[in-house]
This record gives sequence, structure tokens and C-alpha cells, in this order.
Amino acid sequence: MIFRRDTWSEILSSVTKNKARTTITVIGVLWGIFIYITLSGAAKGLDNGFERQFERVAMNSMFVWTQQTSVPYKGFKTGRFIQLKLNDVRTLKTKIPEIQYVAPRNAKGVFGGDAPTITKDLKHGKYNVYGDFPVVVKIATKDIYDGGRFLNEEDIKHDRKVCVIGERTQRELFNKNENPVGQFIKIDNSYFQVIGVHKFVQGGGFEDDGDIYIPFTTFRKLYNTGENVGWLAIAAYNDADVIEVEKKVKTVLKDIHSVAQEDERAIGSFNLGEIFNKVQGFSKGLTFLSLVVGIATIFAGVIGIGNILLISVKERTRELGVRRALGATPNEVKGQIILESVFLTLVSGVLGIILGALVLAGINAATQDVTDFPYTNPTVPIPYIVGALLIMIILGTLIGLIPAQRAVSIKPIDALREE
Amino acid sequence: MIAIKDLHKSYKMGSNVLHVLKGINFNVEEGEMVAIMGSSGSGKSTLLNIVGMLDLLDTGSYTLDGVPIVNLNETKAAKYRNKFLGFIFQSFNLINYKTALENVALPLYYQRVPKKERDEKALQYLTKVGLANWATHLPSELSGGQKQRVAIARALAAQPKVLLADEPTGALDSTTSYEVMQLLQEINDEGKTLLVVTHEEDIANMCKRIVQLKDGIIIEDKKVNQVRASEYV
Ligand SMILES: Nc1ncnc2c1ncn2[C@@H]1O[C@H](COP(=O)(O)OP(=O)(O)OP(=O)(O)O)[C@@H](O)[C@H]1O
Ligand SMILES: [Mg+2]
Repeated sequence: MIFRRDTWSEILSSVTKNKARTTITVIGVLWGIFIYITLSGAAKGLDNGFERQFERVAMNSMFVWTQQTSVPYKGFKTGRFIQLKLNDVRTLKTKIPEIQYVAPRNAKGVFGGDAPTITKDLKHGKYNVYGDFPVVVKIATKDIYDGGRFLNEEDIKHDRKVCVIGERTQRELFNKNENPVGQFIKIDNSYFQVIGVHKFVQGGGFEDDGDIYIPFTTFRKLYNTGENVGWLAIAAYNDADVIEVEKKVKTVLKDIHSVAQEDERAIGSFNLGEIFNKVQGFSKGLTFLSLVVGIATIFAGVIGIGNILLISVKERTRELGVRRALGATPNEVKGQIILESVFLTLVSGVLGIILGALVLAGINAATQDVTDFPYTNPTVPIPYIVGALLIMIILGTLIGLIPAQRAVSIKPIDALREE
Repeated sequence: MIAIKDLHKSYKMGSNVLHVLKGINFNVEEGEMVAIMGSSGSGKSTLLNIVGMLDLLDTGSYTLDGVPIVNLNETKAAKYRNKFLGFIFQSFNLINYKTALENVALPLYYQRVPKKERDEKALQYLTKVGLANWATHLPSELSGGQKQRVAIARALAAQPKVLLADEPTGALDSTTSYEVMQLLQEINDEGKTLLVVTHEEDIANMCKRIVQLKDGIIIEDKKVNQVRASEYV
């Protein structure tokens, strides 16, 4: 019956005869599916946005730095300043197998202190300078423009005076169309050769598009930092529990530097994994919420369809009686009512999906250039749409059963007598 | 064609039982045109509806074209109605959102006749009742007589064995009534069996046999000389 073209044209003719009623019926479900699509699309957009914010940084990474102690320990008074050392890296790696990468970092100009003056010919400005190992890119990706490269092991080994500059630095110190790679700039009083320009990316934490990276070893020489390390960037293996690793790192560092284990201040840390989990939880919650709200509205809409069909079946008692007098079996009558219900549900559903998609596309176009708001590519996964359509078919059938049953519960002779 | 023996039918109205048909014995041969008369409430419609399988009998037997009508469930009744019976109602009962042609084609739809063939046949019957030019009109655009003619075409479309008409002229003025009767007579002339419930003496006299019902039994059953409706038109 479902596959007869006739069945559908019969249904089409009966649903199109009362346009006002059909329109009102359709709007109910249309609204529901529209809400569902736009909400879950928006949730997905936020989700994607957050993911983009974080994609530059290993999700299970953390930063660890030192501060002053707050608890006296082993004869040391409180207020002692702890200094991370290059050796700590090896100790951490051997003691905590969950750690994949450790990048010791130094910087000038970031956390207080004067940024170095950078000079190129007649132009100059103040930019943060980082002393880094190449491994740092494993933790926070750096995109380098074509023709350039990031620091490598050779640079470290030979304390090369090379640097990677930011695109803002390039814009401000170099002429337009001038290729900075291979040219020299002056950092404080030393000349460095530019080997690459890094692209600015959202979500790089405290780093920005003016930052300059030089080899850790060169930095050490330039600023006399010796074995000192400013802070550590640490990435755990993907399957590791970052919070656990963070605790272990602190324990080990407190051991090395004779800090009381209960000292909460001496060693500071920032755990990206934890933050990321929270954010992800938020967008998961949002997706769930939109699912619940959407399905509830679809439900309400379908119940509305059932209601209106029930009224329409009452109105059409006589017509259905005539059909039965002409030879429609109860199943054919029921089938017609149910298919009308499914048809109305589906049409409104598809319209709602189209409308929702249009709105999402609109939002997408409007937020295309917005980089400081985490919202990217708001899409509704196909399984969600298929799922919604399936739910609608099932609900439409179930709700159609009620008026359908009503339509055949009355004897044809009584139906024909109905005024 | 129709054989009814000792038919009883009563309706329950709360605690009361209304005995409407009290032992009807009644046979109709193929090609007959029978008028059923009687005062209001005498059970004419009830009898016709049982013959039309729109209602069930309580006791007695009913055979249609040699087929005993027993154990009738709704599905079976619907199939029989579709195959054997054509209905003409006092109030036409056309479906208001369907054109004349679509209305006539509806019984064929339930016979699963393909659309093209359905429409051809429907048009053929509309032509027969003289309304070929009105095929695409909705019932609301037709006069009472035209509506009844569409209904007759619809009753004929499925090529039933028996046509059942419950006061087919009840809602029409006399001129239009005679036109409709002329059409029914022509259909009978072609050999179709007709049962016509009517109040009106002149309409009854246009049939070939008159059955008088009173208080649920047949009090008179006589053959008459058919008055041709064409004499009045
Ligand atoms: N479904 C029903 N339920 C209860 N009583 C009914 C039902 N159908 C008919 N009756 C009663 O049965 C009796 C016969 O009704 P029926 O319709 O057969 O009369 P009729 O001869 O066709 O009368 P009319 O000329 O007014 O159409 C009436 O008293 C009517 O009220
Ligand atoms: Mg009657």
C-alpha cells in the first residue's frame, strides 16, 4: 500500500484540501525540528569552535612553573624562591613514564620584565623572546610560512644565532613584499638570522603573533641563564590521566627542590587537559540539551498532528463512511489516516530541516570572520538528521494510530448517518 | 439475485430493544427494479442497509448472487460491497474535495484499477449520465440533479450486480426526480438489478414491483406496470 503511487496521490489530495488545517499542523512539527536542528547545529558549532581553539595545543598538556615556598621545610624558611633546572627534565622523564614530551622554556618579556628591543635597519620595537628546544612544537604546534623552518637540533647544538619571528614582527619591522628569511635582525645587541616566520593562531595561550623564538642554548648564552629554566611545557601520552600526571610532576619537582609536599604555592601549574575536558563537557551538555529540547518539541508537534488528525477524522466521518460503502476496507482507511500523519510529519520535518540548515548557514556566514568567538562550521551530523526523521516517522505512525482506530471504530452505516 | 429468509433486526437503545425488522422474506431476481415503500420508521432503510452489508442482520439468512452472506467481518463486507453493490444516497454523499471524475473513479481505486484505466472508465460512466463536460467540476459546482447523476455514475463504475438507492429523489424537485428516474430505468433496461427506497407513489410506480413495509414486516408485494419517466420529462 505504501508503495502505490495512487495511495500517495490520494493522501496528497486529502491533505491539500484543507490548506489552513494542513499548514497549522505542519507548523507544529516544523518548529520542533527547526529548533532541534538549529540548537544542535549551534552546539556543534561551539564544539568545533572550542576544538579549533585547542587544536594547536596538545590536549593533554600542562605548564609548570615555580614560585616562592609557603611552608618551611628541611631547615629552609618560607618565601624561598624555587628555580627549575635543566636537569629536572631528565628526572621527570625517568620518574614519570606517562610523560611524552617535556620542553624546558625560557622567555624574556613575558612574565614581567622588559621585553628585548629588536632592531631591523631603522625600525625597532619590543617583542618577547623565547629560548626554546625544537620539541616545543610537539606540545604547541607552530605553523611556519613556506620557505622558512622552526628551530632544530643543530641550532641547539651549535648555539646558532637564528630566530623564528612572528608575522606581526615581520609586518612591523620589514617592508611589504620583503622576504625576512635569511635576513638579520638585532635582538638587544646581537644579530640573529631569521629562519622562519610563524603564523598567528588562535588559542596559543599567552603567546602571540609578535613572539620571537631562538634556540634555548643561544638564549642561555645571551642572557646568562645557565641551567635555569623559566617553566616547563609537558605533554602526557594520549591515554594518560593528565590530572594524575600533573600531581606526579609536582611531587617529583618538590622532591628535587626540597619543598614540602603539602606546599601548594611553591610550584604552579596550568593544566590544559583539565580545562579542555571542562569545555568539552560544556559543549557535550549543550548538545545533550539541544537533543532533549529538540526531541521534546518534535514530540509536542507530532502530538499536535495527532490532535488535528483526530479532529479531522471526526469531521470526515461521513467521507470515510462513503469510502467504506464504496469498498474501502478498515485497513485501507486506517492506512490512509496513518500515512496522512506520517506524510504531514515528514513534510514538516523536511521543511524544518531545510529552514534550520538555512539559519545555520546564515550564522556560519555571519561568524566566518569572527575569530575571537569559538564558533566554527555549525553542522548537524547526518545520523542526527536521519535519527530525527526516523523518530518522526515512528511518532507519526504511532500518533496516527489513534485517529485511524477512531475512524474505523464507527460502523460505516453510522458514519454515513453522521451530519 | 437476492434471497432473504426470515430476517430479524433489532436495535438496542439503552435498556430498550427496538425490534425493527420482524421476519422479512424477500427475493429479488436479476433484472428486477423494486420499490420499497412504507411510512417513516417502518424499517426501509434498515432493510436496504442489510442488503447493502452496511449493517448486520440478527437472525435469518441472506444470499446474494448465490453467495451466502455469513460471518461478515468489516473487511469481507467491504470487499463484497466493492464487488457486488452500488449505493445511491438521498444526500448524494459525493466527496466534496474531489472532482466529479475522481468521485466516480473512487470505487475503482479500491479495486486497485490503474489510474489511467480508472479515469477512462469513470469518464465513460460520466458520459453515460450525460455529464462528460462536468468531469473536472467539484460537487459544489453542480446542481442537485447533477450531483445525483454523478453518484449514479459512481455506483455503476465498479459494475456491481445490484444498485441500492435510498430515496434517490428525496432531495430533488419533481422534474429533476423524473430525470434521475429515467436514468435509473435506462440502467435497469440494460439488465441491472435495482432496489429503490422511496416515499413517493409516482416514483414507486416507475419501478416494476412495489414492496410495502409496515412495522417491520412486508404487508404487500406486487408487480406493477412500469410508468416510463420519459413521459414526464
Ligand atoms: N442505528 C440505529 N440505532 C437505533 N435505532 C435505529 C438505528 N437505525 C434505525 N433505527 C430505528 O429503526 C427504525 C427504522 O429505521 P429506518 O431508518 O429503517 O426507517 P425508514 O423506514 O428508513 O424511515 P424513513 O422513511 O424515515 O427513512 C426507526 O425507528 C429508527 O429510529
Ligand atoms: Mg430511511
